[in-house]
Amino acid sequence: MSNEYQWLPTVFIGLMGLSFLIYAILDGYDLGVGVLLPKDNQAQRDQMIYSIGPFWDANETWLVLAVGIMLIAFPKAHSIVLQALYLPTAIMLAGLILRGVSFDFRTKAPSKDKQKWDLAFKVGSLIATLSQGYMLGRYVTGFDESSLAIGFSLLSAVCVTAGYCFIGACWLVMKSEGELQKRAARWATMTNILMAVGIAAVCAANLMIDATIAEKWLSFPQVILLIPISALFLFVFATVHVYLQQIPTKNDIGCWYPFLAAVVIFILCFAGLGYSFYPYIVPMQLTIFEAASAPESLLVIFWGAVFVLPVIIGYTIFAYKVFWGKTTHLTY
Amino acid sequence: MLAFAELASETSFMLSRIQFAANISFHILFPTINIALCWILLFFKFQFNRTGDESWLRVYRFWVRIFALSFAIGVVSGITMSFQFGTNWPGYMETVGNIAGPLLGYEVMTAFFLEASFLSIMLFGMNKVSNRVHTFATLLVAIGTSMSAFWILALDSWMQTPAGFEMRDGVAHVTSWAEVIFNPSMPYRLTHMVLASGLTAAFLIAGISAYRLLKGDNKRSVKQALHASTALAMILIPIQIFVGDLHGLNTFKHQPAKVAAMEGVWETSTNVPLLLFAIPDEENRTNHFEVKVPNMASLILTHTFDGEIKGLNEFEGKHPPVAPVFFSFRVMIGIGVLMLLTAAIGCYQFLYKKRYPNWFLKVLVGMTFSGWIATLAGWYVTEIGRQPYLVTGVLKTHDAATTLPADNIAMSLTMYLLLYTFLLIAYIRTLFVMANRAVKLEEQNPSIEDMRNEALADDIADDIADDSTDANAQKQAPAQAQSLTDSTTQSKTTDKGALV
Ligand code: HDD
Ligand code: HEM
Ligand code: HEM
Repeated sequence: MSNEYQWLPTVFIGLMGLSFLIYAILDGYDLGVGVLLPKDNQAQRDQMIYSIGPFWDANETWLVLAVGIMLIAFPKAHSIVLQALYLPTAIMLAGLILRGVSFDFRTKAPSKDKQKWDLAFKVGSLIATLSQGYMLGRYVTGFDESSLAIGFSLLSAVCVTAGYCFIGACWLVMKSEGELQKRAARWATMTNILMAVGIAAVCAANLMIDATIAEKWLSFPQVILLIPISALFLFVFATVHVYLQQIPTKNDIGCWYPFLAAVVIFILCFAGLGYSFYPYIVPMQLTIFEAASAPESLLVIFWGAVFVLPVIIGYTIFAYKVFWGKTTHLTY
Repeated sequence: MLAFAELASETSFMLSRIQFAANISFHILFPTINIALCWILLFFKFQFNRTGDESWLRVYRFWVRIFALSFAIGVVSGITMSFQFGTNWPGYMETVGNIAGPLLGYEVMTAFFLEASFLSIMLFGMNKVSNRVHTFATLLVAIGTSMSAFWILALDSWMQTPAGFEMRDGVAHVTSWAEVIFNPSMPYRLTHMVLASGLTAAFLIAGISAYRLLKGDNKRSVKQALHASTALAMILIPIQIFVGDLHGLNTFKHQPAKVAAMEGVWETSTNVPLLLFAIPDEENRTNHFEVKVPNMASLILTHTFDGEIKGLNEFEGKHPPVAPVFFSFRVMIGIGVLMLLTAAIGCYQFLYKKRYPNWFLKVLVGMTFSGWIATLAGWYVTEIGRQPYLVTGVLKTHDAATTLPADNIAMSLTMYLLLYTFLLIAYIRTLFVMANRAVKLEEQNPSIEDMRNEALADDIADDIADDSTDANAQKQAPAQAQSLTDSTTQSKTTDKGALV
């Protein structure tokens, strides 16, 4: 790649990271809501599914964009990563398929089958979150086959699921009221702790796996940055924990705070991972500069993205505004 | 050892092909419905806006639910597709990624987000935004689905008839994007596919509406849907046959080996007959049991009786497997002819007899999914006809294949097949469940919450599960539903058929 276009791979890894981040936040909350569906209460299940109904489809499209950018901009990495993660990917897709269709079948199939579709929705969501967490673990450990690495990936599967449940529960705190809101607050408190464990584990593993990554974080002066970051984490975790105990608050004050906190945590985690691995796209194997496609092709997409992404973000905001506020009954 | 490795990779290769073909075949079923159905919904909505006639809203609301269901399946099976390139065809992106990448990227950016974002407003927004904004959202979803078709067909057509690029070090680099996108077969393929989508949706609507009529549903909305879809089919099918002919001529120019396989011509010759039926025998390079019309193939492809057609023997070792292409082609044409007949009879009955006889309604029910079969058959002609190439003249399918172990692919393939079979059955069953349920709903008050109606209709459906004769269904409908049915519903379903 000629020097003139050195910036392209960096821009594209940024776009890809951003898409994965938006995906994790947006589809994160709707997957989480799916995993949390309670067995004992049809009305609450309906309410929960209404709360994500208008959004899940567009949310999932961010995954298509993220994987698409990897395919388009870093085809070599796409085939290495996806071949290494072949079976978990296939299982994740099966989960996504199952939940995506259950959402529609549940209201259209004979009503006696509705509960079965709800179960399929829950199981599909769970399969998807577990496999995404597992894949994250495999990726972070550089696809290492040792039992330690596999064990770590299994832990990651559980903790990512917890993270998605947390953001899902926070979404419900924001979008619901009454009994369901109280229940969501309890879910959020529980998963909050599990997620904190997960984040700590990933940080530790990150530092242990590779000396250069440890170097990046622990050498002077970067190490000073760790102080405000850790402080921010602690602050957010603690305040959310305290806030959740107060629910229902008077006039529902601050019902958006847990969700905002979840978003902040997700952003920090992503930024941390990105910082650790840059400029590698396949950890310790392939850098973004080695994996990038021809600059002409990247430029074509770059200019497209410059015009189209703001428009997409614009109408995404519009769609959220239309369905703003507490969830009501959905019908069409 | 080497031979063993080769065998294993050969198995991986075959399994990858089967998996890809299964996935794309499943995926395409749903976009095929949706591309056109969305425009048809827009038409229903316009009719309602224009006339204020509530029964158009009824039609809209019935079909928008089917659209939502099909869309969801289209989306999730499409997501699977976007992973397939990397997992099963790594060599594809390595060689032509500079072309395929941007085309797929533009599909995601310009089409998928548009559809997915405005779909929610189209589905759930009726009471949240103004009627104008709602209609506009429906329009944007329709534009979005058509844009996906545009980009993906540009890519597929480029793989058939590549243009606008040069090879440097074994990698394709673009020289002209206009030529890449508007490559020689693209306009034909896009038109043919969009028409196919229109026909598929038209026969689906006609089939389900006929089913409802046969079940004794005499609401005006059902008949409106039936008229509209029959008329649409009648308009589209002649155009489709005409465009199909042009498409074939274009293929004859650019991919003669494919056409030779479609026509079952082994030796280059003039005055080639049209084979209505035959069994191609690749081993002995000849056909058995030929039923033929003299000179017709020459006439169709060259527009003269003694035109020359290149035979398969000219392309030995470089032509596609003959039998699947040959038979798929005949399935597609056969269904095209059936569609023409059905649509013509429908229009005749409508215009001159003012009634659809029961036997005709039954034919329509039989044709409900004919569009799917024709579309799949057409795609098999196209895609199998391109073999052994993945990108004609540039990349052989074999060279793009994955090195993954075969048992991994066997596992994922089994999983997909089970899932898809299950979903297909559930989808078709649900269509008829929805139709049955709609039979029992009152016409005049579409604003009544669907959920309540559904519960109501389900109760009735359960009651009459064992003796589901049409008459009973009507009689047992609860008084509440009956009283809501406006007495101005004039037309009646009789034993002999449905009056217009
Ligand atoms: C409702 C569906 C439908 C119907 C009734 C027809 N087709 Fe078709 N056909 C398709 C749906 C389709 C398709 C699935 O959409 C294909 C696959 C790729 C494409 O562009 O269209 C196709 C491909 C296709 C090809 C292959 C072109 C190539 O691979 O390069 C030819 C030559 C025709 N068609 C010709 C016809 C003719 C002469 C028809 C007249 C009866 C006809 N088709 C009816
Ligand atoms: C949508 C309708 C389509 C259908 C039903 C379809 C069907 C098929 C089938 C049956 C094959 C197998 C041919 C063989 O191996 O003998 C195939 C091959 C292939 N098609 Fe398509 N195809 C469709 C569209 C597309 C599009 C839009 C693309 C690319 C953008 C594409 C890319 C490929 C590739 C990469 C292969 C090679 C793998 C293989 O040979 O199995 N197809 N397709
Ligand atoms: C000719 C073949 C194809 C056509 C006409 C087509 C068209 C469409 C359409 C119209 C949709 C919108 C959803 C729907 O209406 O069901 C869709 C969804 C999708 N398609 Fe295809 N497609 C084709 C083949 C492919 C291929 C080969 C890929 C793989 C890259 C693909 C990837 C996707 C994805 C990822 C979605 C989901 C989009 C979303 O999230 O909204 N499609 N396709």
